[in-house]
Amino acid sequence: MMKLSLGPLQYFWPRERTLAFYRESMGWPVEIIYLGETVCSKRRELGTRDWIALAEELRASGKQVVLSSLALIEAESELGALKRLIGDGGGWIEANDLSAVQLCRERGIPFVAGPTLNIYNHRALAMLIEDGLRRWVPGVEQGETLLREMQASMHAGGRPMPELEVIAFGRLPLSFSARCFTARALDVAKDHCEFRCIEYPDGMPLATREGKPFLRINGIQVQGEEITDLGPELPALRELGVDVLRLYPQVHAMADVVAHFDLARRSPQAPPRVAARNGYWHGEPGMPLPARNA
Amino acid sequence: MQLVCPAGNLPALTAAIEAGADAVYAGLRDQTNARAFPGLNFSDDELRAGIALAHARGRKVYLALNTYPDSARLAQWFAAVDKAAEFGCDAIIAAEMAVLDYAARTHSALPRHLSVQGSATTAAALRYMHERFGISRAVLPRVLSLQQVERLCENSPVPLEVFAFGSLCIMVEGRCQLSSYVTGASPNRHGVCSPAKFVRWEEHGDGERSVRLNDVLIDRFQAREPAGYPTVCKGRFDVGGDIFHALEEPTSLNTLELLPRLAQAGVVALKIEGRQRGVAYVRSVTQTWREALDRYRAAPGPWALQADWQRSLSAHAEGHQTTLGPYHRSWH
Repeated sequence: MMKLSLGPLQYFWPRERTLAFYRESMGWPVEIIYLGETVCSKRRELGTRDWIALAEELRASGKQVVLSSLALIEAESELGALKRLIGDGGGWIEANDLSAVQLCRERGIPFVAGPTLNIYNHRALAMLIEDGLRRWVPGVEQGETLLREMQASMHAGGRPMPELEVIAFGRLPLSFSARCFTARALDVAKDHCEFRCIEYPDGMPLATREGKPFLRINGIQVQGEEITDLGPELPALRELGVDVLRLYPQVHAMADVVAHFDLARRSPQAPPRVAARNGYWHGEPGMPLPARNA
Repeated sequence: MQLVCPAGNLPALTAAIEAGADAVYAGLRDQTNARAFPGLNFSDDELRAGIALAHARGRKVYLALNTYPDSARLAQWFAAVDKAAEFGCDAIIAAEMAVLDYAARTHSALPRHLSVQGSATTAAALRYMHERFGISRAVLPRVLSLQQVERLCENSPVPLEVFAFGSLCIMVEGRCQLSSYVTGASPNRHGVCSPAKFVRWEEHGDGERSVRLNDVLIDRFQAREPAGYPTVCKGRFDVGGDIFHALEEPTSLNTLELLPRLAQAGVVALKIEGRQRGVAYVRSVTQTWREALDRYRAAPGPWALQADWQRSLSAHAEGHQTTLGPYHRSWH
């Protein structure tokens, strides 16, 4: 049976809400939980030490915990925090950039390749396996065709695939910048942002000039507006040998989302769609095309 | 500091060399490079001719092979690496691990530069690329502040090249799926951002124009309002009821005033963006930077920014405005 994971929390929530969310998750049927800040190092409602303590708590409840690294590392202080995650985290790391890959490689720590690592072919995947990769989360634009190609090429080379984890539910992380778009929208400087993104627990909606919802601003990250749902593709994912379904935390009804996917993974039938179609999976633009979403 | 200029085709390469580029970078006419635009780039014969022309003047030619091939297309990228070696390119600029690995194993004498698309922003990431693939230079993503660039120059295992002028990607290069989200065509896989075939301009009765990318409204312009190319990141959108350039204005990066600090930091090369731009742009921008660099080399102490340099560069900037971009903290 496929495992369920909670991907790293992409948004910035108050400390108590975050802790309550993860305490509740102990009772959910997810096997793997990714913890840590992947978007902005200024978000410190939970610091590195808090994430590590939370990891221990969740492990004690029977979850596999992976500590996730920042997607964009610019400052020495951010590298320092990453070293603490790797050194003191007590488990695997989700490497979201090459700095994390290199630090894990230097220290012999196994890692999960996060979706921003840009692994597009079997040779790159094989090299990263030599470096310590144990699980691979393909990038957002990589759909079924690329995964099949990857498997066939790995197989032809006599190499086993690592565990495969696919983003099954959530808003897709589309881009990262040095600029904070939340601060820009609120007309405050990034260096004096007052951590205002905490006011947007599901990101800040961005619509076109004709009022069509389009993207979500989330600090230095831009996400697609639509929450994507690969539920209806579950039979294909199963056939493909996908090991883990990643569910990105959203502020509302996450327990229901987990329950939905838990039921779905136990059934041979495809579940009904609960959120938007992910075009990337089908080799199309990621954005759901209105005609196809019905 | 070396001046590295864009060559979208042979006339642009010639103009860059004549105007004083120390090196030019070019791409083949396919998806192996990140400016895979129709009508741009080099046939094999043109590339050979360009290399001959540059080498006759003692200048260098780098071949950009900086997209991300999937398994089925690897052979095409490897063939392009072979071509770079066979034709006598002075380096390849690559981002993807299999491409770098192939080049290191098959043509170890051909220098490998890490492309900006490789998204390496720290000494640890650069160490990885250096230890794994023996890169001899890295181009930094346009996300670091000047202080961060200075610091990285101290800690990097390889010499660093930075973007000095041109159109400004505001997202970490190699980490942006905005074009792909809307059109299915991505810089990483297809070497294009917001391809023209998805762009649709609409004229309205009052002189107003709007522009769509695969049916998504990117912006609307009043009569006589200058209208830029509709990349998602430079459109105007509605956030909380305000309509504005929510991600970035149409503007160009211009770091000319930082030249002394970049030189003092130990940056080895300055890159001018714009393989998609015309000969006039390449010639003029190259000339300006050549003059500024020569002036600095001759007398670093009294070097001062000239108003005519800035005027000339602004004339070629997107929306005729320039910014220090991420080099300056206030941009962030």
